[in-house]
Amino acid sequence: MAVGQRAIEAAGLRHAPGRLERLRQWWEQEDVFGYGLILPALVLLTCLVAYPFGMAIYFSLSDYWVGSPGQFVGLANYREVLGNDVFRQTVQNSFVFTGIALTLKTVLGVWLAVLLARDIRFRRVLRGAVLLPWVIPTALSTLGWWWMFDSLYSVVNWTAIRLGIMSAPGPNWLGQSSYAMAAVIVVNIWRGLPFFAITVLAGLMSIPREFYEAAEVDGATSRQRFWHVTLPLLKPVLAVVILFSTIFTFSDFNIVQVLTRGGPVNSTHLFATLAYQIGLQGGNLGQGAAISLFLFPMLAMVVFLQLRYIRKD
Amino acid sequence: MAGRVRTARLHAALTYANLAPFVFFALFPFYFMFVTSFKRNAELYSLKSVPFWIQTGVITDHYAYLFQRTEFLTWMKNSLIISVLATSISLAIAILAGYSLARLRYRGVGSFGTAVFISYLVPPTLLFLPLSQVVNWLGLSDSIWALVVTYPTFLVPFSTWLLMGYFRTVPREVEECALVDGASRVQTLFRIVLPMAVPGLVCAALFGFTLCWNEFIYALTFVSQSGNKTAVVGVTADLIRGDIYYWGSLMAGAVLASVPIVVIYVWFLDYYVSGLTAGAVKG
Repeated sequence: MAVGQRAIEAAGLRHAPGRLERLRQWWEQEDVFGYGLILPALVLLTCLVAYPFGMAIYFSLSDYWVGSPGQFVGLANYREVLGNDVFRQTVQNSFVFTGIALTLKTVLGVWLAVLLARDIRFRRVLRGAVLLPWVIPTALSTLGWWWMFDSLYSVVNWTAIRLGIMSAPGPNWLGQSSYAMAAVIVVNIWRGLPFFAITVLAGLMSIPREFYEAAEVDGATSRQRFWHVTLPLLKPVLAVVILFSTIFTFSDFNIVQVLTRGGPVNSTHLFATLAYQIGLQGGNLGQGAAISLFLFPMLAMVVFLQLRYIRKD
Repeated sequence: MAGRVRTARLHAALTYANLAPFVFFALFPFYFMFVTSFKRNAELYSLKSVPFWIQTGVITDHYAYLFQRTEFLTWMKNSLIISVLATSISLAIAILAGYSLARLRYRGVGSFGTAVFISYLVPPTLLFLPLSQVVNWLGLSDSIWALVVTYPTFLVPFSTWLLMGYFRTVPREVEECALVDGASRVQTLFRIVLPMAVPGLVCAALFGFTLCWNEFIYALTFVSQSGNKTAVVGVTADLIRGDIYYWGSLMAGAVLASVPIVVIYVWFLDYYVSGLTAGAVKG
């Protein structure tokens, strides 16, 4: 870099430095160029991420309704929200939803990755097939699940009844609280599992073969190899994937909005769907913003852990 | 020898047997949507028919309904325009930002990188309420431009992060040679570095397009007029009619609106796999 600059300076000395030339020299400086290139991104992120975030905080502290700029009301929205049974239910839902979905995605994801890492035929096709739910628009595939969980014509119930697992007519999946929660969790796992599997697979592929050979020489069984070689070496990848997934599972909107709209009786509401219902459909922007800001502590925790982890890396 | 071959075969068979439920789980919903979209209503809503295949003949009425009685084609066109524009704009911004963060040394570069990373993690569901007001003030509400303007908020951080990884793989010496030879910094970026990072650009473009096409909450929130909706929101929100006999056309809409993504996906499968892992793991 320094050499390049000197060359440019030398070139500048040969000509009489006109105004254009001076501008060019100024622009060719590494820091000026660097700031120049990052500027569009920073302007965008300031105007459309940081500023709206500040607005969300302001909304949450005011009685702002759609169409009527509100007044500052302090923490009234938060007090009201925290005293609200639907909100408390939502908090509980969010933790149940995230906890179960995340655990199952992690366990099944590692298992699937181990299977996909084996030296088998059709590997590329199998990976492609398994990744598909992650690529197709979630709102649209959730429509398919909605039909599969239909109260009358559910294919899940039809099959389970024929196999003798359920007695007719089977559960009304989206009409009963605990079944509805199970349904949204299943769809979330279905859609998120590929992300876990493919990322963990990449982690698996980066483990040197010698480690396994050494373990084999030492007489380790395949189970021991998994617990004592694979898993410890996967830890960094797993940590990143789990952190990522925590924030995106916790803030999920698409699946619940399409499948249950938070029902029945608010039993599947998450922060995002409740904020949508109150802030947008109900028009109470202040309270809606307060609800969606409850996502912030989780976000802050994930950011903190990610940054610490990356810095250590 | 024969014994070893047999155990290897057994091993492979076991792997396939274990993979089968996963593949079935992943693909069955798509198969079922596809089959549903070609069934007669009488068969769809009969408790006696077997739901897994089509017994009383394949029909295309549900697809015809989409084209003749709904604004499906307009929604597809909107999605295409929005996705192409938002992806191009974001890619242009992200190329500059990614190069700046990956390769140039100046004060504050570290904190800018952190800022981009944090905005990458901010979920759209946290910002949709205030953004709907920003869109209002900009006079863009209820138009496709509301989405063209807001989609870069998640595309730029993502693409910047992805491209930084690719820019770092370009050897520094190549760049320095170009600068010594009298190339300007802009020329170095566009003539030397970018051509070497083409796989990264393809990857960022593919992911950008997919994320835009699939986006739901902004498209649902910022646009309410049917003629300005995207395919995903149009199918999800506008195809549900008063009666219950809409599943055929609903599934037909979901299948057709997914086709562009499936085509791109099949074509560029390896890019998706590498982009997914690069975006999450290397970042």
